[in-house]
Amino acid sequence: MTDKMQHDPAMPLPNGSPRPEGEFERLKATWEPPRGISFVTVVNNTYVGLFYIGTAFLFFVLAGILAMIMRTQLAAPQGTLVSQETYNQLFTMHGTVMMFLFAVPAVEALGVYLLPNMQAARDLPFPRLSAYAFWAYFFGGLAFFCTIFVGLAPDAGWFIYPPLSSSEYSPGINIDFWLLGIGFIEISAIAGAIEIIVGVLKTRAPGMSLDKMPVYSWAMLVFAGLIVFAFPAIILGTALLELERAFGWPFFIAEKGGSPLLWQHLFWFFGHPEVYIIFLPAAGMVSMIVPTIAQAPLVAYRLVVLAIIATGFISFGVWVHHMFTTGIPQLSLSFFSAASMAVSVPSGIQVFAWIATMASGRVRLTTPALFIIGFLFIFTLGGLTGVMVGMVPFDWQAHDTYFIVAHFHYVLIGGMVFPLFAAFYYWIPQASRTRLSERVGRWVFGLMFAGVNITFFPMHITGLIGMPRRVYTYPAGFGWDALNFVSTLGAFIIAAGVALFIFDLLRRFRAGEGNAGNVWGGGTLEWLPSGNYANRSIPRVTTRYPLWEQPGLADDVAAGRFYLPDNPTGGRETIVTSPLHAEPQYVVQMPGPSWATLLAAFFTAAFFLLLTVKLVTPALACGVIAVAMVLWWLWDTDPGPTHPPVDIGGGIRLPVYATGPVSHAWWAMVVLMLVGGTLFACLLFSYVFLWVTNPSFWPAADALPPIGWPVLAAAFYAASSIAIATASRLLGRGPGRSVAAFNLVLFAAMPLLIAAFTTDLWAHWQTGLRAPKSGYAAAVYMIVGLQGFYTGVLSIMLAYTLARSLTGRLNAVRRSTFDNTMLLWHFGVAQGLAGLAIVTLFPRLVGSG
Amino acid sequence: MWTWMVSGPQSALDPGGPHASSIATLSWIMFAGGGVIFLIVMLLLGWALVVPGRRSAWLSNIYVVVVGGIAFPIVTLSALLIYGLSIARTITAMPGEAPLEISVVGEQFWWRVHYLENGKPAFETANDIHIPVGQPVRLSLTTADVIHSFWVPSLAGKLDMIPGQTNVLTLKPDRLGVYRGQCAEFCGGAHALMAFDVVALAQDQFDAWRNGQSRAAREPTDPFLRRGKKLFLAAGCGSCHTVRGTSADGTIGPDLTHVGSRRSIAAGTLPNNRGTLGGWISGSQHLKPGNKMPPFDMLSGQDLLAVTSYLESLK
Repeated sequence: MTDKMQHDPAMPLPNGSPRPEGEFERLKATWEPPRGISFVTVVNNTYVGLFYIGTAFLFFVLAGILAMIMRTQLAAPQGTLVSQETYNQLFTMHGTVMMFLFAVPAVEALGVYLLPNMQAARDLPFPRLSAYAFWAYFFGGLAFFCTIFVGLAPDAGWFIYPPLSSSEYSPGINIDFWLLGIGFIEISAIAGAIEIIVGVLKTRAPGMSLDKMPVYSWAMLVFAGLIVFAFPAIILGTALLELERAFGWPFFIAEKGGSPLLWQHLFWFFGHPEVYIIFLPAAGMVSMIVPTIAQAPLVAYRLVVLAIIATGFISFGVWVHHMFTTGIPQLSLSFFSAASMAVSVPSGIQVFAWIATMASGRVRLTTPALFIIGFLFIFTLGGLTGVMVGMVPFDWQAHDTYFIVAHFHYVLIGGMVFPLFAAFYYWIPQASRTRLSERVGRWVFGLMFAGVNITFFPMHITGLIGMPRRVYTYPAGFGWDALNFVSTLGAFIIAAGVALFIFDLLRRFRAGEGNAGNVWGGGTLEWLPSGNYANRSIPRVTTRYPLWEQPGLADDVAAGRFYLPDNPTGGRETIVTSPLHAEPQYVVQMPGPSWATLLAAFFTAAFFLLLTVKLVTPALACGVIAVAMVLWWLWDTDPGPTHPPVDIGGGIRLPVYATGPVSHAWWAMVVLMLVGGTLFACLLFSYVFLWVTNPSFWPAADALPPIGWPVLAAAFYAASSIAIATASRLLGRGPGRSVAAFNLVLFAAMPLLIAAFTTDLWAHWQTGLRAPKSGYAAAVYMIVGLQGFYTGVLSIMLAYTLARSLTGRLNAVRRSTFDNTMLLWHFGVAQGLAGLAIVTLFPRLVGSG
Repeated sequence: MWTWMVSGPQSALDPGGPHASSIATLSWIMFAGGGVIFLIVMLLLGWALVVPGRRSAWLSNIYVVVVGGIAFPIVTLSALLIYGLSIARTITAMPGEAPLEISVVGEQFWWRVHYLENGKPAFETANDIHIPVGQPVRLSLTTADVIHSFWVPSLAGKLDMIPGQTNVLTLKPDRLGVYRGQCAEFCGGAHALMAFDVVALAQDQFDAWRNGQSRAAREPTDPFLRRGKKLFLAAGCGSCHTVRGTSADGTIGPDLTHVGSRRSIAAGTLPNNRGTLGGWISGSQHLKPGNKMPPFDMLSGQDLLAVTSYLESLK
């Protein structure tokens, strides 16, 4: 529509055309993916995104097949298709794979693919990190799924409540597969969150202020924020349960001063935001698709953005609604019921905004539009049953029955899977030379829509007339028979729809050079002409719908008349912009493909899986190799200012390197510290919760280490931070500094930190306290143990930084590596001091139980 | 009209007592209200899609978003919240008159039931709760192993049994009848086969039942039954099971003093007769895999018949 319009002469373009000879060829060559077998080392978000989406879809199909087996078993009472034992593994794997290996990775994958394009960035800010996150997920996820073939799949439900999942009642390694298998998913998710927060806030097209940012970018920002503050709870929970199973640290064993409810709080504090982690990106996609199918801008953009942010915040305040039947007091029930009512309001805002947008335009019923309509139907119904189960007395009947199964499938399939399919039909023309078939698409939609309703609507009734969840069979004569049979029929209809989709996908999807173009007439930047290098030049935007409202934009971008049409440093670059107004700040030099990244991911997955099967020495070896691979990958990064400031066009001259709070690396470290801080806060919560539930296990003051010990440890901590701060000042002195002095002071921080941790540990050890003794002891040793983990990581980072200094790769200007180590060091010290404070002071303040 | 679909002994929508009734009423109100809201939203969607140009312009106004997405939900949800919380408060309030006190311990995969008198156990039974119509019952719920959940939908909502704590559920039957309950928190292998019966009786019938249960086991006079009792004790059944009035005093498994009076065995899995008892004793793992009773398949056909006849006589 606007491609052929002449550009607006009132707005001068940054660069003139025609562009110099060979400039475009050099740009293309830098972004070429590796050839032959090395292709797997590709880091470009386009390819990594496609691998990621493909793998997530594979897990969707695999978990769907598990569901088909379950539904066939339940089609009639007293079914004999699978044994009780197998069925318990099937439902556990179906839930675990769908939630951890499909839903979160799929929305993250779409973000990896779409976000840079939508913001006209050439790639995500840390390309090797997203490749690592993908490959760790790929290797680990496939290995985890294979446990079902050898009967070792976890079998205690996807939320594996202790004590059932403790070693006494689940002695096999099935549960360990869940705990250690999910470990690499957690790493993937955190890596993705860092990538996306920095990507959304620091790599937008110039002029794309927050107010003009696509709603999808807002949604992904909140998504990443939810991961940062919710995932640590499950990371901690899985660590605690694994320590309990492997070493007898009784966090969840009531008789020894632990509490099964601690697990539930940790799990659901993660688990509820998890479903918004899954839904919000989908809602963001809907907010991008609806304006295009209506050919009108989104109505109430600001309310929609506010609604997404509000959902994110409120979602942290509702987790106890998963625990309404555990016997908690009336006051808690009331608060969490009220919060659960509140969280539905922002979703309602978005639904009405979408309807209003469709009313303001004219919707053509293409396949993406059909899936959007299906989404609105199914998700609204699911949201209404969500309000019902947020009502405490109703939940007392519906909890753990098929009514809940119906509710969450309606909101998850309606709220995420349907937008996902809409996204496939909508964005595949951007990724593939040929689009998918509209005719087949209607059939896919029809089968899936009918199938979902036929499968899950009867379950509302089945649950309320008495059928609980997670049952491999049921008795005849309670009225459940016909309803179950109908649900099974529906499942086969869904399967037919998905199979038809896969058939068309295999027929039509062709990635590579070129794409089918802006077939729907979209208005946002992902529809600009693009290649491996994203766009030939990076545009300045002045509206929310640049392709609709900025005349000639596509032509100007493709002709190289906007910013950075070349790659002056000879490598892969994109423009880093300010977070609020998106004004260019510097040009970032990004690393390219590397075997180190893929190997690091492989050995990370191997480490977790070998630990699960208790092959400890091989596991440790793989862990060491994984760390070595990471350091090898990092060695290419932090290049320093290899080039004088470059002219990106329009009179703007930007440095090619930045350090300090403006830099993307600094931001990434800040996000990592937020993750670490949340993890530590969850651990402090666990300590205090165990005291609330089991105060008799808390020690008298004379059983605690004498106060001299924590004071000494604190002194060592403080000294190590002083050493780092001194080193920072020495580094900043520039060429006149003494390199030897810097190296020495830097090195000194390591033994000081190790001394601090060792003092802390010895203080408790010499009192005779041992972790398996009680919940209190386990909590203390966990706090100390976490410090031990940080001590190890920080020591490695320090040694690496020292190596950079010794090989001349660190100086006053080129200091990103040092800065990142410094930030995490101070964080680790602060955490150590806080841990000492609580373990030393809390028991003395509250008195003994 | 559609009561055929929602009635049954384990249906939350077929209430037999005031707690389940109030929840059922709330449910129907929410279904009706939710249905109306859903229809309105779908009609608006349809209007936006189908009605062209000017006649749908009103729907694209931001006030539609504010009213439909903010004002209306806040008003309705606040009212609903107050209503729901008031029902919750009523259900959890202490009963006015002295309740019948029962303690239930969740086990993998059955229910240990103690009837209490002055806070102490008067007698024990398993998977079988009889209560008088019109009197409140106070159930103290605990667990011997993992988390279970006590749920008899026709009478009340569910409450979990969690290690380290005692949860209290009160309910009251208004209607004579047999209600079925089932474990509602996945507790491992045979969770699907962990059910129980709640029988609501008239006061005098309940008193008769309770007196019968308090007595020791009936001593058999028939020689075949006496042979059954001897074999029962000789096979070592008493190391896990109690039959009051005999030397069998094990507490690992269910109390069998009046097992013949129960409607079902194996926690609601099978009806209670000599045939099913025989099948259970000789091959319980086939009927309920993962249950904690080992198979006793060394008894000959006649011996097994004697034992099961003896158990059947323990009414």
